[in-house]
Amino acid sequence: MVWLIPVLPLLGFLINGLGRKQVSKTMAGVIGSGTVLASFVISLLVFMQLNGGNVPKVAFHYFDFINATALKIGFDFQIDQLSSVFLLIITGVGFLIHVYSTAYMHDEEPKDFAKYFAYLNLFVFSMLLLVMGANYVIMFIGWEGVGLCSYLLIGFWFKNTNYNMAAKKAFIMNRIGDLGFLLAVFWLISKIGSADYHTVFANVSKLSVTDITGITMLLFVGAMGKSAQIPLYTWLPDAMAGPTPVSALIHAATMVTAGIYMIARSNILYTMAPVTQTVVAIVGLATAILAATIALKQNDIKKVLAYSTVSQLGYMFLALGVGAYVGAVFHVMTHAFFKALLFLGAGSVIHAMSGEQDIRNMGGLKKYMSITHITFLLACLAIAGMPPFSGFFSKDEILAAAFAKNPVLWGVGVAGAVMTAFYMFRLYAMAFLGQFRGTHEQQHHLQESPKAITIPLIILAILSVVGGFIGIPEVFMHGGHKLEAFLTPVFAQSNALTEAHHLSHSTEYMLMGISVAAALAALVFAWSKFSKYQKTEKEEAGLGKVLANKWYVDELYDTIIVKPVLSIAKYFSNIFERKGVDGFVNGIGKAVNYGSRQIRLLQSGQVGAYVLMMVLGILLFFIIQLFL
Amino acid sequence: MEGLGEARIMEIKWYIGLAVALFCTGIVGVLTRRNSIIIFMCIELMLNAVNLLLVAFSKMHGGASAVVQSNPNVVSDAQIFVFFIMVVAAAEVSVGLAIIVMLYRNTHSVDVNFLNRLKN
Amino acid sequence: MSITEILFWGLSALALFSAIMVVASKSPVHSILYLIVVFFAISGHYVLLNAQFLAIVNIIVYAGAIMVLFLFVVMLMNLNAESEPKKHRMMQFAGLISGGCLFLVIISAISDTQHASNMVQMSTGGDGLIKNLGKVLFKDYVLPFEISSVLFLSAMIGAVVIGKKESPPTPKGGDL
Repeated sequence: MVWLIPVLPLLGFLINGLGRKQVSKTMAGVIGSGTVLASFVISLLVFMQLNGGNVPKVAFHYFDFINATALKIGFDFQIDQLSSVFLLIITGVGFLIHVYSTAYMHDEEPKDFAKYFAYLNLFVFSMLLLVMGANYVIMFIGWEGVGLCSYLLIGFWFKNTNYNMAAKKAFIMNRIGDLGFLLAVFWLISKIGSADYHTVFANVSKLSVTDITGITMLLFVGAMGKSAQIPLYTWLPDAMAGPTPVSALIHAATMVTAGIYMIARSNILYTMAPVTQTVVAIVGLATAILAATIALKQNDIKKVLAYSTVSQLGYMFLALGVGAYVGAVFHVMTHAFFKALLFLGAGSVIHAMSGEQDIRNMGGLKKYMSITHITFLLACLAIAGMPPFSGFFSKDEILAAAFAKNPVLWGVGVAGAVMTAFYMFRLYAMAFLGQFRGTHEQQHHLQESPKAITIPLIILAILSVVGGFIGIPEVFMHGGHKLEAFLTPVFAQSNALTEAHHLSHSTEYMLMGISVAAALAALVFAWSKFSKYQKTEKEEAGLGKVLANKWYVDELYDTIIVKPVLSIAKYFSNIFERKGVDGFVNGIGKAVNYGSRQIRLLQSGQVGAYVLMMVLGILLFFIIQLFL
Repeated sequence: MEGLGEARIMEIKWYIGLAVALFCTGIVGVLTRRNSIIIFMCIELMLNAVNLLLVAFSKMHGGASAVVQSNPNVVSDAQIFVFFIMVVAAAEVSVGLAIIVMLYRNTHSVDVNFLNRLKN
Repeated sequence: MSITEILFWGLSALALFSAIMVVASKSPVHSILYLIVVFFAISGHYVLLNAQFLAIVNIIVYAGAIMVLFLFVVMLMNLNAESEPKKHRMMQFAGLISGGCLFLVIISAISDTQHASNMVQMSTGGDGLIKNLGKVLFKDYVLPFEISSVLFLSAMIGAVVIGKKESPPTPKGGDL
């Protein structure tokens, strides 16, 4: 029955994709959402079974994918605690976003509407393949599949050149990461002879330190590409070119967490490679801070959320780097709830504002869209880490683990959290408080979105509020961290290798107090500063300008990578291709032509000449045979 | 001729030399002349040089007891071979001359260079 | 120098001289006559090698029949009158050089071999006599002998077909 989980969205993809000219909009929406809902129900059943400690079977073998004497790679699924958590997130949040999309994309042509749902279903299918695969190869199939769907959906409105450029950028950045992933898988297969998780993790002690560091580093390069970490993060903000529900599903809740899932899945490898762990932690933290600083000065509602996503992903990598795998998965889950909610809320706002995305032209939306306003506020509180919202628990767990590893990591992390609170409430205040700053016509159209949009918002808001209670820290309630208990079997091997850091309760209370207080201060400051925001023509200056321009990272990449590559390509296409390759090929043609024109003269038809040649030939044979 | 001289033997290299000289003369004739009849005659000359050499070799092997023991008919076999070469040459000449006559009738020339188009 | 050797050298000189004259003489008729002399000299060699049958056949078939055929052709077509246009001087030179080279190469190659001074038995042995050859020919080689008669027949028919005067054009084929 497990195989139904990915097959249903695939069916939806085939029906909507092949019949996109026949199906009506309602049909496409029902098929697209229904298949995902069915998958969600099955995932829920699977989860229930696992939660009840009733595990009949973990691995499912369907057929041999690769069978080459020594190397056997089966098309296998593995359903354990980790994948079931991800299954629930993907299908659950995915279903809500499908429902939301039926309203959001309603202005599209029926053909495009069906195409959109086909892509979305294909994405869900790939993502499910990614988390359900029982070996790295199946994971890689899903990994590539989600990359493709991301490309297709970012470029969904492909008539706009900029959107196409963003899609290409996302695809190429991902390819760089995928290469790292692929090399890591090759390395693993060459050393262990298998890509099955089970075999690999059982034989991990056979790997040398160099091997294991190299493999984990390359896997991390893959994760960098997919999960938008430094230096491959620049595609994610540009990916906001896609429809907003796509941003919510792919570029916030699910696909970008694939890197987290992969590292959490390979936790034992990372635990045994402390060097890589340090790198992961530092890269994660640096990304978290860098993206947060950029988000401070962005004015596009989706760009702020995009950089916030990058920043939160950085926190998850920080958690992975310090060995807090449960914390990372916990944060993936809560982040999926509140970030999807934020994006969907933003989508609702954009929908109401007739496509306007600049928060400087919004303001005062509280009056017009009460449901969107309240859910958005709840999400902002959650992401800012205000207790008792879900973000508080997961972020606090990560920061506590970071403190246990190194207080410096904690300090920087708290700084990031403060900035998060600031930019989120800047966004909230500018969009929903104060006076409306848009055009009169926009104001005329302002109204609450339809039910298909608000119901997912409400459900996600509830989840954002209560989602954290499955992971209540020990200090508050003994045995409160249900998620950790649930996931223990997955990380048992790693936990056996690391000594547990137990912070004293007082330290933990103090850490929480400091981070919450600092975030609260930032929140209040942002609220008071931006609720009376007035549009000014003043140009940003100094650091603000640098931040508004995203640290000029895009320009830097453009200068040091894109331009040299383009000029080399131009050289090759203009000089090397024309003169070198073409010259060579044409030269062969010309030489043969010329040569044959000369050799043709030998065919004079004169018998005497032929006989002379024959005699000379015989002479040559004699000389070779007798004297050489 | 018996009793006329003591030495009734000759080294084979002289025969080879004579035959090769005749053969090469034939080749030079084929290469330098343009009259097809003379070219044809030069071919006959080369054929005869080879015949002479075959007979000379047969007589050389006929004197070697080892060869005669393995094949007692070595001399007569070689000469029958030469006989057949002559037979085939005669047939060849009759056809070849007929072709030359035909050529002459069509082109009023026996110059081989005149026939350089190999068609029409 | 024994008489056999004198005969050998004399016949060889005659054959070579006549062969050169075959190539060198301007008139085809002269060439034919010199070629007949060459054949006679070769027949003399056959006699020296005690191959009387071949000597006789050579004279009858070659010097007699074939060369007369050549003469007929030349005379009947009145080719003698035609002055043969000179070949390219370069071409003649190249022919001469390459022929000479071939001669030198073969001679020098053969003079190096250890069999070069093997002896040829002359004027002895009855293998080349008619009686002996006749037996071999009609016992061991009777099939090739019969086949060669078929060859002759077909050559004759071929010669007649080729030499026929202006056959009327066949319905299908175009004119020549």
